[in-house]
Amino acid sequence: MNIYDIVFYLFAAITLVSAFFVVTTRNIVYSAFNLLFTFFGVAGLYVLLGADFVAVVQIMVYVGGILILILFGVMLTNKITNVQIKTGTLQVIPAVIGVLLLAGVLIFKVFLGTEWKSVKTDIPVKTTAFALGKLLITDYVLIFELLGILLLVVLIGAATIARREK
Amino acid sequence: MSPLLQTIIITVVVLLVLMTIAANLIWVERRMLALWQDRLGPNRVGPLGLVQVVADMVKIFFKEDWIPKFADRPVFFIAPTIVIITVLMSFAVIPFAPGISVVNLNVGLLFFLAMSSLGVYSVVLGGWSSNNKYSLLGSLRAAAQMISYEVFMGLSLMGVVILAGSFNLNDIVEAQGRITWFFIPQILGFFVFFLAGIAETHRLPFDLPEAESELISGFHSEYSGMKFGMFFVGEYLGITLISSMIVTLFFGGWLGPSFLPPVVWFLLKMAVFILIFVLLRAALPRPRYDQLMSYGWKFLLPLSLLNLVVTGLVVLLLK
Repeated sequence: MNIYDIVFYLFAAITLVSAFFVVTTRNIVYSAFNLLFTFFGVAGLYVLLGADFVAVVQIMVYVGGILILILFGVMLTNKITNVQIKTGTLQVIPAVIGVLLLAGVLIFKVFLGTEWKSVKTDIPVKTTAFALGKLLITDYVLIFELLGILLLVVLIGAATIARREK
Repeated sequence: MSPLLQTIIITVVVLLVLMTIAANLIWVERRMLALWQDRLGPNRVGPLGLVQVVADMVKIFFKEDWIPKFADRPVFFIAPTIVIITVLMSFAVIPFAPGISVVNLNVGLLFFLAMSSLGVYSVVLGGWSSNNKYSLLGSLRAAAQMISYEVFMGLSLMGVVILAGSFNLNDIVEAQGRITWFFIPQILGFFVFFLAGIAETHRLPFDLPEAESELISGFHSEYSGMKFGMFFVGEYLGITLISSMIVTLFFGGWLGPSFLPPVVWFLLKMAVFILIFVLLRAALPRPRYDQLMSYGWKFLLPLSLLNLVVTGLVVLLLK
């Protein structure tokens, strides 16, 4: 077990433990707070995979943007922190069947059925930003532009809703 | 010397220097404010009041650290540490001189932006966990202000990235040696980044989250003792960070005539910008909150987009 493995399991543990707390805690702000560590752990895993750009953007977009907007919404909602989130157990048998089916598909079709490529490389010295940028404006330019239009539509829609009443 | 040992030494030295700077900024700010406002300022403890910092530190450490009964204890504890951690993490990528940076990260600039976007958690969670109307209002203001100004901050730096062709801060400084200091071609970017930097560190005139006249110092109303001290030091570290980023990205980092060593040039330029931060506090009143937001979205955002388009176009044409 070398240092790479230790760091990997450390980040994996952070991700899983905090994800567990996200779904089990009853306080919605604690949920959001734990989600922060989940995103962190995932960013750490990206770094270990040599995807430095994706890791930093993960933190910037998810932690710095989306999660803070969730917190913002939570704080603006009156008395949301006092709401007891229901965590009772309902419909046990259908739930068990559903979970087992999903787990079966995940394990046998996805996990065992995929031909995992395992390439032994060092963490690249050169940044991946150049290659990613080039791919975005050559091979994936259509998707890139469509996403841009989608975001623009969302932006205009939000602005319209927000300033409807004069 | 092994690389690991070297990194450890650099890390410790950078940390100590930064903490010293941040602590002494308390004295610098109070004295300079007094000078510009025609007052005396703290001049009793030691020569020129220099030992005032020690006195303040002793005071703040020995003050009662009171936690309100209605506060959310775990979050209340963690919130002030976040600002210190994220700001100090950002310093890891700043090149103080050739070879003197904690890590030479290829995505250094993005790392800085990511870390500065984390700083907002400190304010938001601190205000929320205090369970107090004014604190909550302060932290809501902080959240809206900081996520808005982050957008312009990131966009304003993309011009620098286009010119230097890299996210690596070392490369950016070296590119400024080859081309010219980036504040000349990127004067708009510099302008936007500077304003966004003030908003990110919520310093006057953009200190709406703590506006003491309306919000009784906003998100840290309930904080006392060293927990308040951490917000306080975090603010000064933030000023130091933004000043060093301005120097690194727009004013040639460690570059300068060779009669002084590079690190001295860096610190001198940084000191100038820290003083400008203090001068702004001494000179300007704070705007209304809606003015701040509409100024950002209706003026700074188009300005930074324009800067980005023009820079990209010029670089493409000159190629």
